[in-house]
Amino acid sequence: MRADIPAEPGTPAELVQLLTPEGERVHHPDYDLTLADDEYRSLFRDLVLVRRVDVEATALQRQGELGLWASLLGQEAAQVGSGRALQPDDFCFPTYREHGVAFTRGVDPLQLLALFRGVSNGGWDPHEHNFALYTIVIGNQCLHAVGYAMGVQRDQADTAVIAYFGDGASSQGDVNESFIWAAVFDAPVVFFCQNNQWAISEPLEKQTRIPLYRRAAGFGFPGVRVDGNDVLAVLAVTRAHLQRAREGGGPSLIEAFTYRMGAHTTSDDPTRYRLASDLEAWKLKDPVERLRSFLWRQQLADQAFFDGVDAEAEALAVRLRDGCRSLPDPTPEQIFDQVYAEPHPLVAQERAELTAYLASFEEGHR
Amino acid sequence: MSETVTLAKALTLGLRRALEDDPKVLVMGEDVGKLGGVFRVTDGLQKEFGESRVFDTPLAESGIVGTAVGLAMRGYRPVVEIQFDGFVFPAFDQIVSQVAKMHARSRGDVPMPVVIRIPYGGGIGAVEHHSESPEAYFAHTPGLRVVTPSTPADAYWMIQQAVRCADPVVFLEPKRRYWEKAPVDTGGSAPGPLFAGRVARPGRDVTLACYGPMVRTCLDAAAAAQQEGHDLEVLDLRSLSPLDLDLVTESVERTHRLVVVHEAPVFLGLGAEIAARVQECCFYALEAPVLRVGGYHAPYPPSRLEEHFLPDLDRVLDAVDRVLAH
Ligand SMILES: Cc1ncc(C[n+]2csc(CCOP(=O)(O)OP(=O)(O)O)c2C)c(N)n1
Ligand SMILES: [Mg+2]
Repeated sequence: MRADIPAEPGTPAELVQLLTPEGERVHHPDYDLTLADDEYRSLFRDLVLVRRVDVEATALQRQGELGLWASLLGQEAAQVGSGRALQPDDFCFPTYREHGVAFTRGVDPLQLLALFRGVSNGGWDPHEHNFALYTIVIGNQCLHAVGYAMGVQRDQADTAVIAYFGDGASSQGDVNESFIWAAVFDAPVVFFCQNNQWAISEPLEKQTRIPLYRRAAGFGFPGVRVDGNDVLAVLAVTRAHLQRAREGGGPSLIEAFTYRMGAHTTSDDPTRYRLASDLEAWKLKDPVERLRSFLWRQQLADQAFFDGVDAEAEALAVRLRDGCRSLPDPTPEQIFDQVYAEPHPLVAQERAELTAYLASFEEGHR
Repeated sequence: MSETVTLAKALTLGLRRALEDDPKVLVMGEDVGKLGGVFRVTDGLQKEFGESRVFDTPLAESGIVGTAVGLAMRGYRPVVEIQFDGFVFPAFDQIVSQVAKMHARSRGDVPMPVVIRIPYGGGIGAVEHHSESPEAYFAHTPGLRVVTPSTPADAYWMIQQAVRCADPVVFLEPKRRYWEKAPVDTGGSAPGPLFAGRVARPGRDVTLACYGPMVRTCLDAAAAAQQEGHDLEVLDLRSLSPLDLDLVTESVERTHRLVVVHEAPVFLGLGAEIAARVQECCFYALEAPVLRVGGYHAPYPPSRLEEHFLPDLDRVLDAVDRVLAH
């Protein structure tokens, strides 16, 4: 399969799709996928659960339980499809919106909430899940991914690395440097760009005048555009390119063509820069509904299955709601925890000063 | 003509006037066009002045500042917006290596009238990289001027003065004060020079030197101290490079006690420079060591801890008590 990954744009079709928006299974000459019935169902389950996590987190932000939330609404297939393509040993470098990928890596959604609630600047152990911490500074993580991949290469490990970034991020120096590094060192990395058409208020044409996947050609590796709302196509394409990387084929770029259905974050007001009607066309391409139709059509699932998934999603939401409210606040002294790996006298001194200062209130000195 | 506006709106009005006054002034950055910036500081400017003068850039800070250098060489006066303090670092190279040095390297042939606006500081409950106080990096760099307003009136005038300055100005905007309102007299011309501090509150017992977001905090502390019979003088430094040291020493000659307050970490912060200079200039006027109140030598904490990281009224008064104990 990997030999005939098209390196040139537009051959045979610009957009790899395996499932039409109506839920009809189509085939692609370069990327195919055969799944067992329960694999289709489990992809659907992930899509629904991930969406439920997102909806719940948005609600928790509205209720004041989170300081901020960056919704992935509309991007569930791009994330679940690519996340499920990863092998356990593969390593993943996310942005701040990869809640769906995190889910597939076994990160408890509650741990994601810790960052957005403001009780942690991290939230999970990257090595436990082979899933790096969220990176808020746009593009930084792409270089980390390449460096990690260079290490994998030296270890001669059967491992691939994936770097997530957005359409806006494609303009950053770090991202472009990471492309160069990956090409020069033939690093086993897949660059996964979720082109959701927006970087806050800036539409795609503020970042590029050619389709993003075609940029890969200029750096010397293959680029492919996949229907980002088609979980099957994303899974197939990402699998193929990860395998290519594992087999020494070097880097590649996947552009998942999708749409940010919500606001940039809960702080954003998209009515200032886009029309609500812009969403209509994309609603018809909904990633969850598409797979649901397919499951119905193919009689791969019945009402009991769908009800079961909904019940599971509801239970997850309840757990998140309760769990979020009871996430413990860190203690003031934790400001100084782990600033350094080895003792640092200034940190120790300031920590002691803060402790004494706080104690002066408790002793009623004030 | 006096209007009561927020600090953010005062900046909008000031930028608008700068755009009106000089056709070479440009406003550029991420989301500054249609959206008007994430804090709405450039709200309406693109509509009024067109996309050639107020424009969205690709998402790359090094690109924003690097192209501003070229525009300046071509005779324009770019005012660039960095969306948040924590995102200026991709542009650090351009700022430190090019913007700051061009005038000197060209022996004055190539001035760099670039304004780099950066919302800075914490206290808004944000996620990481959105609450940093990077002023010392810039003040430490010869060739850059660094200023920060604390009131709407200063915001209105200082941004215009920064745009007119022949040197590059890092213009730090105290984002937690964006929504605070005060009257601004938009008529006439600037009430004073850009690179000078001011006495925000006269007092006799202790001098509090501060700037940007901490001016409000120190004024509140002074009001509270008044209840206990202590008369604090609050200096709003306004300019961090150059530093208006005369203002500080003149005050310390009278009060004999100095506390410097900033959000940035204390270690090697502005307070270190001020303390060193003050003991050089008026050692014998001091009745107590100069104390500093600021952030810790730790990354800015998650927002639920920021109240412990940021200097507040109590921490300022604690330092005041300690200098008064001498
Ligand atoms: C270096 C840097 N500059 C600016 C920002 C502010 N910012 C946060 S998200 C964003 C837009 C990102 O767009 P894109 O890469 O398309 O990702 P999306 O948010 O659409 O997932 C911007 C400008 C940042 N986080 N980091
Ligand atoms: Mg985007």
